[in-house]
Parts: sequence; C-alpha cells; structure tokens
Amino acid sequence: MSPRNRAIALALGLLLLAAVPPLAVLFNQPFYLDLVRRIMIFAIAAASLNLILGYGGMISFGHAAYLGIGGYAVGVLAHYGVHDGVVQWGLAIGASALVALAIGAVSIRTSGVYFIMITLAFTQMLYYLGISIQEFGGDDGMRLAAKSRFPGIDLNEGNTFYYLVLAVLVLVLFLGQRLVNSRFGMVIRAAKSNEARTRAIGFSAYPYRLAAFVIAGGVCGLAGALLVNHTAYLTPEFMNWTRSGELMFMVILGGMGSVAGPVLGAFALLVLEDLLSGWTQHWQIILGPLLVLSVLFFRRGLAGVFFRKHE
Amino acid sequence: MSRNILEVRGLTKTFGALLASDGISLEVREGETHAIIGPNGAGKTTLIGQLAGEVRPDRGEVRFAGEDITALSAPARARKGLARSFQITSVYADFSALENVMLAVQAHAGSSFRFFRPAREEGALRSPARDLLDEVGLGARADTLAANLAHGEQRALEIAMALAGRPRLMLLDEPVAGMGAEETQRMIAFLSTLKGGKTIILVEHDMDAVFSLADRISVLVYGRIIATGTPQEIRANPEVRRAYLGEEVEA
Repeated sequence: MSPRNRAIALALGLLLLAAVPPLAVLFNQPFYLDLVRRIMIFAIAAASLNLILGYGGMISFGHAAYLGIGGYAVGVLAHYGVHDGVVQWGLAIGASALVALAIGAVSIRTSGVYFIMITLAFTQMLYYLGISIQEFGGDDGMRLAAKSRFPGIDLNEGNTFYYLVLAVLVLVLFLGQRLVNSRFGMVIRAAKSNEARTRAIGFSAYPYRLAAFVIAGGVCGLAGALLVNHTAYLTPEFMNWTRSGELMFMVILGGMGSVAGPVLGAFALLVLEDLLSGWTQHWQIILGPLLVLSVLFFRRGLAGVFFRKHE
Repeated sequence: MSRNILEVRGLTKTFGALLASDGISLEVREGETHAIIGPNGAGKTTLIGQLAGEVRPDRGEVRFAGEDITALSAPARARKGLARSFQITSVYADFSALENVMLAVQAHAGSSFRFFRPAREEGALRSPARDLLDEVGLGARADTLAANLAHGEQRALEIAMALAGRPRLMLLDEPVAGMGAEETQRMIAFLSTLKGGKTIILVEHDMDAVFSLADRISVLVYGRIIATGTPQEIRANPEVRRAYLGEEVEA
C-alpha cells in the first residue's frame, strides 16, 4: 500500500471511529458505544505492548500488570476520596512506569523462554497481591467510587468519555509512530533484528530495551486508568495472566511491528469474542482454533493483509 | 617505525579441555594491514572474539591505543573505534542498505535517546551513510532491502557499516568468504584502497587476498602464534611451511 493509500485508510478508520456515537444513537444501539470504547482502550494497551513485542522483540507475557497498576492507581485514590483525574492518571502512568523499570531491570537481562517466564511471574505476584488486599475488595474487587474528574470533561457522559478515549488512542498511535522511526526506535528494532551486529556497531541493547519497556508500561498504565473508568469496577482480574495473553494475541493477530496492527487486532479479537459469546457459551472452543489458524496463515497479521508492503 | 595501536599479551582461553588461545601475544602497528592466517581449528574465531570483546579471555590483556580494554564490552570497544565485520554475513536483513549504514553512523553521532524526530530525516546520518555506500560501490542499491542484496553486496555493506564510525582499527573476519572470483578481486581492490589510511586486522583463508593486502602476517596454529613477519618472511619460514602453507603447496 502506498503512503497515500495508507493515509486514506487511516483517515477513513478515524472517521469511522468518530462516527460511532451518532450512529449508535441513530440505530438505538448504545451497546456499541460501550463495545467500541472498550476495544479502543485495549487497542491502547496492545499498542504499548506492540512497542516492546513487535518492534523490540521482547516477548512480555505479563503486560496486563500495568493495566492492573493503572486501574488500582485510580481505584485506590478514589477509594480514599481523591478524584482529581490529573493526579489519578498521573499516578497510573508513573506507578506503572516505575514497576516496569523494576521488572524490566531484572527480566531484560534474560532472553527467550526465561524472559517470558519472568515477566509472567512478576505479573502473577501482582495479581495475588491484588487478591490478598481485603481493603480493596480482595478477589471480588470493588466498585470505583466515582469516575476521574477533569475540569470541563465529564466522564459520566458516555460520548465525552468515548471521544476522550479516541483522542488518547490517536495520540498514542501518533507518538508511537514517531517513536519507532526515531533514533531510539531504530536502535530497538535493530537489536531485535540482529543483536550481535548491534553490539558490534556500538550499541548495548540493554538501556534502550529497558527504556522501551518503561514507556510501554507507562502507556499501558494509562490504558488501565481508562479501563477502570470504563468498567467502573476495579478487580485483580485486570492482571490475570489470560489478560496478558489476550493482549499478546491482539498484537500478533493484528500484525507485529505495524502501528495499525494492535488496533486491528483488538477489534478482531474483541468483536469475535462478542459475536461468539452471544452465540454459544462455549465460544472459546471456536475462538481458539480461529486464532491458531490466523497465526498459521497470516504470518504478518491483519495489518499484513490490509497494508501489504509496497514493492 | 609507527607505534602499536593494538597490543595483545598472553591471551589465554580454554573451552573445557580445548586450549583455544594459548598465550597469544600480538602487536598491530598503526596504519598496517595485519593478516592472521592459520588452518581450520587454529583458534582464529576465538581470537577475533576476544579482540572484539564478545569472548572474555581467561588470562592476558588487550591494549588498544595505549588503554587496557580487556574488561570492556563489545559495544564499548566499538565506540572507542574498534570496528568489525563478521565471518558469516551479519546485516539487518529487514532494513534497507542505507538504513543499515545510517544506524552504524548513528552509533557514533551523539545520543540515540531521541524519541521524536524520524532518524531517516536526519541529514547528519543520511549523507555520511550515502557517501559510505558510494565508497563501497552500493550507491545505486541504497533503498534495496539488505535481504535482497547479492551475497557480495552484503559483504560490501558490512564493510561500509564497519567504516561508519571512522574506526581506528578494523577487524575483518574473512571478508571474501563465499565470494566468487570476480567479487573477490573487487573486494581486494577496494580493501587495498583503505590500506595506509586504516589499520586493518584481516583474518582470511583466501591466500590471494592475504598476500596481496597484508603488510605483515601472523600465523596461528593450535592457539599459538608461531610466526609474525612480512609476506616474504612468512613464505620463507620453514616452520610455517611445515605447519600450514606446505599443506596448500602439496594440495
């Protein structure tokens, strides 16, 4: 696909997303506003994972940790009566980035299966921590006392919240696009492509990978803050390892190392999940094989199907 | 008599029972092309690994430009001006030829913790990279993915990447390996244009390349350097003939 067509596809996609709220009203289907908002929140989380998984080659099997930390940052502050959105979301991003720094500092020294296992293990620790804190509802979780408050923006208003999520998604994709093509982005892609060569030209991959890991954690923390406002309910399930797996699937299904990929992946997975679960309660039996087939036949993901490289 | 840019003293490395480097001492003078030859299994790859910083020696030291670099990592050595090429072609297959070289330029051009501006728009990376591609004869292939370059072109790309940091010493690990006769001649011709300006350590099996490029040759056999000298001296050295060249003459 040429850059021109790519720009047209991007504009169309944006227009479509922007048109969801009026269309939902027109067809009297408010449910779709909810669904697409949820999908976009997961697309933000998947885009952050794509930075380290798709571009950096770091197979993190614990990315849901930051959804959880972002969610808890907002939920816990609200629990204690702090409702200022700037403080809540700032903490969500900051705490997630900090935890990513700690987890990354240890796990990036390893590679391959060890990296996968260590990132999974850290996330399980946080998951069980969430379950064990009775003050915040233990494994039942707790209701979000009130949605984050911003001057002039009311998240209780469905459309306002929707457009805020859309704006965050667009911003994350734009900054992500800049990042992967910047000097920094070139180094993490190079280290994924050929680490020995990257060392030989003078880059030690570790600090770059760690920085990417922290950025991805922070962005996913923001997605967590959005998610808890969306569900209005805080639960350790945000950090369940199956959630990490879903994020990985969105990235792989959508196409690793493509900016639009995670968005397509999030849409495909969550819409499919929604359709199949409305059809039968054993929907996972159908979804599983579909995912296996898609990985086998679309090696470059949905983005690879839609945005074929211009030869 | 020019000074030594690289001094290796008593470098020893064992892998289990195998003594891969047995007290290697070596001096490379500034500006010379110093070839290291030896039969298969002589320990050339291990030596290169220790010079580049990817293999940690058990004993001994490596001094580069007067400084002890034995404990430095490969990236740190590269930033000090010790560039290398690989025996098995090692380029970024999914980057264009130009991007490959730009990245190597970037490693020596200020901080890479820059997150916003597209690297490809930076003239300070692009124009030196273009010049280097022209220099190695890949100017017309700048936008071709490295994976789609011919083998000889990939080897030339590696040299361009090694040159990108204006290295003080280039470690070339079999630069003509796997090349056809014509490509080999072209690479030898190109490397000879670097002679004098660059200090080069050349590890090579191809004797044409070695004898037409090297100012001095060290012969490595069973992890030991058995002789160092000019090509004439090495040709005439009976021990070398017995250990190494003799085999070729008989073959």
